[in-house]
Amino acid sequence: MREYEKTGILSLKELKVPLKKHLEKGVAILECVQEIPCNPCVDSCPVHAISMKDINAPPMNDFEKCIGCTKCVGVCPGLAIFVVKVKDDKAWITLPYEFITVPKVGDVIQALDRTGTVRSKATVKKVVKHGKTMVITIEVERSLAMDIRNIKV
Amino acid sequence: MRIRTHPIIDFKKRKELPFYFQKKRIAGEEGDTIASALHAAGVRTLTTSLKYESPRGFFCGIGKCSSCLMRVNGVPNVRTCIAPLKEGILVEMQEKLAELPDAEFFGEPKKTIDVDVLIVGAGPAGLCAAIESATQGASVLIVDENQCVGGQLIKQTHKFFGSKQERAGVRGIDIAKELENDLRRLECEGNIQVMIDATVIGCYESDKKYRFGVVERREYKSRLYDVRCDAVILACGAMENMLLFPGNDLPGVYGAGAVQTLMNVYGVKPGERVLMIGAGNVGLIVSYQLLQAGIAVDRVVEAAPIIGGYNVHAAKLRRCGVPIQTSHSIKEVCGEKKVEGAVVLRLDENWKPIKDSEEYIKCDTICLAVGLTPSTRLLSQIGVDLKFISEAGGYVALHDNSMQTSVKGVYVAGDASGIEEASTAMIEGKIAGLASAILLGRSKNKKLLSQYREELVQLRAGPFGEKPRIAKEKIAKLAEAHHA
Repeated sequence: MREYEKTGILSLKELKVPLKKHLEKGVAILECVQEIPCNPCVDSCPVHAISMKDINAPPMNDFEKCIGCTKCVGVCPGLAIFVVKVKDDKAWITLPYEFITVPKVGDVIQALDRTGTVRSKATVKKVVKHGKTMVITIEVERSLAMDIRNIKV
Repeated sequence: MRIRTHPIIDFKKRKELPFYFQKKRIAGEEGDTIASALHAAGVRTLTTSLKYESPRGFFCGIGKCSSCLMRVNGVPNVRTCIAPLKEGILVEMQEKLAELPDAEFFGEPKKTIDVDVLIVGAGPAGLCAAIESATQGASVLIVDENQCVGGQLIKQTHKFFGSKQERAGVRGIDIAKELENDLRRLECEGNIQVMIDATVIGCYESDKKYRFGVVERREYKSRLYDVRCDAVILACGAMENMLLFPGNDLPGVYGAGAVQTLMNVYGVKPGERVLMIGAGNVGLIVSYQLLQAGIAVDRVVEAAPIIGGYNVHAAKLRRCGVPIQTSHSIKEVCGEKKVEGAVVLRLDENWKPIKDSEEYIKCDTICLAVGLTPSTRLLSQIGVDLKFISEAGGYVALHDNSMQTSVKGVYVAGDASGIEEASTAMIEGKIAGLASAILLGRSKNKKLLSQYREELVQLRAGPFGEKPRIAKEKIAKLAEAHHA
């Protein structure tokens, strides 16, 4: 039994973690590790960085090819794709958001990790509408780049 | 209790409809069912149990159980969870067993309808069956009990998984609209007749064709139809399972799907704080949708040692701070006339309660997401071979890979043929629709049939498809043995 099957929380060892050079240009982290029949992320990728052996295989992102465009973030039905980009001591995290109160650019909001714990404040940098899913980019400390995965407005 | 703002659904302010409950004037909104209007007005007790006189609220919310039966305008046993609210109606709680009234039930003589294919149920499977069958040239009548077509798609606000062919990435509510548009186009062209707010009451004696009785409800009066058809596709869906524990019949203990209907279709909050039982996809998805509607979820408890649903759904809940406790179950519900709390406890590796592990939780709603049972009563009445297959969720009709049962011309599709996903239900519907058209000589497109079968195999190939895969293999084997 894997720990996440009990808790619902993925740890970094289950994920393909990008190298520093990849994080610096900005890449999509696909937090989708199980074999489930789903593939819209593959079709959404303009540079064909995301691939899948068959419809049930977990998606793989080629960080060399990925341009961090965030198109897949609003497409993923599991709301499981995040784009992370680091610069100096800051990290920009782009995440999907489907709640009533939508923040505005410049707002300072709470940043939560995979357990729902508030870890820091975050500044909203971008808000893009993808159908009813909001694709929101926030700025947090660089050390939290691989931890922050949700916001609370 | 009304949800006015929602991130996915546009709940417009609707016209107010006054009506009477126990002679008291209250108001609902246009588009409500009687039960949703009562719930919005704070009335959760709709009836009492036959044996103990304990209060009962609704449970399934989709017209499949009997816990919401009330008297409306003198007509007893109205399923208020699917009966539309009308201005000025008199709604009353009925005595234990309702009196048979003198009211005229069949005010008009019966009408005869002749079609090639009758489809029972307008959910994802039934709609796809109707569209496919009619596109292939068959004349089709589709009947559904609800006020609109779409089945359970109309409350699925999340984006669907699957592949492009099954509309992956599109929300269930939008798939329902797309399918309805296709249906209405075929209706305009004269290939499909659509009958909503109607029930197929049984299969009757006939010398040549199949003959079904259909009762259409109009303003709480009914009209009987005598439907003759050469083939029938039963896509009747499924019913949520109940779980045994003290207090499970208190108003406030609902099926997870019922809660989803109440909040996502009628815009009514089921309560303020919910305990979810079951961490399969239904439990996880409905929990997240409760949060989206502004309702607190205390936690999700799951008796199994692992989360049954997709990790992506569990992860969404966890990052919102909702705990998921595996190897945990509900011991009892607390409250006199309504849910006021619950006791949960921890289970050991043999699923036995661990001593002193009880914890009291304050909540006003308990959602049961503990599986579904296929609706097979009509199939049983027709006389098709039914077998109990646990992986399929209970008794199911044996069927071949064209979805044809042991009775020629009688097809089954979707959850009624074994519990699975909406994406596979849609393909099964297409297969049944196409196969019936081929049987009746309206189509010869066997290549398309193979293509649909291949899509089904693909979708079931992963580990999450294992259970339905085993179910369908058992069904095929038993069907073959029967045929031989």
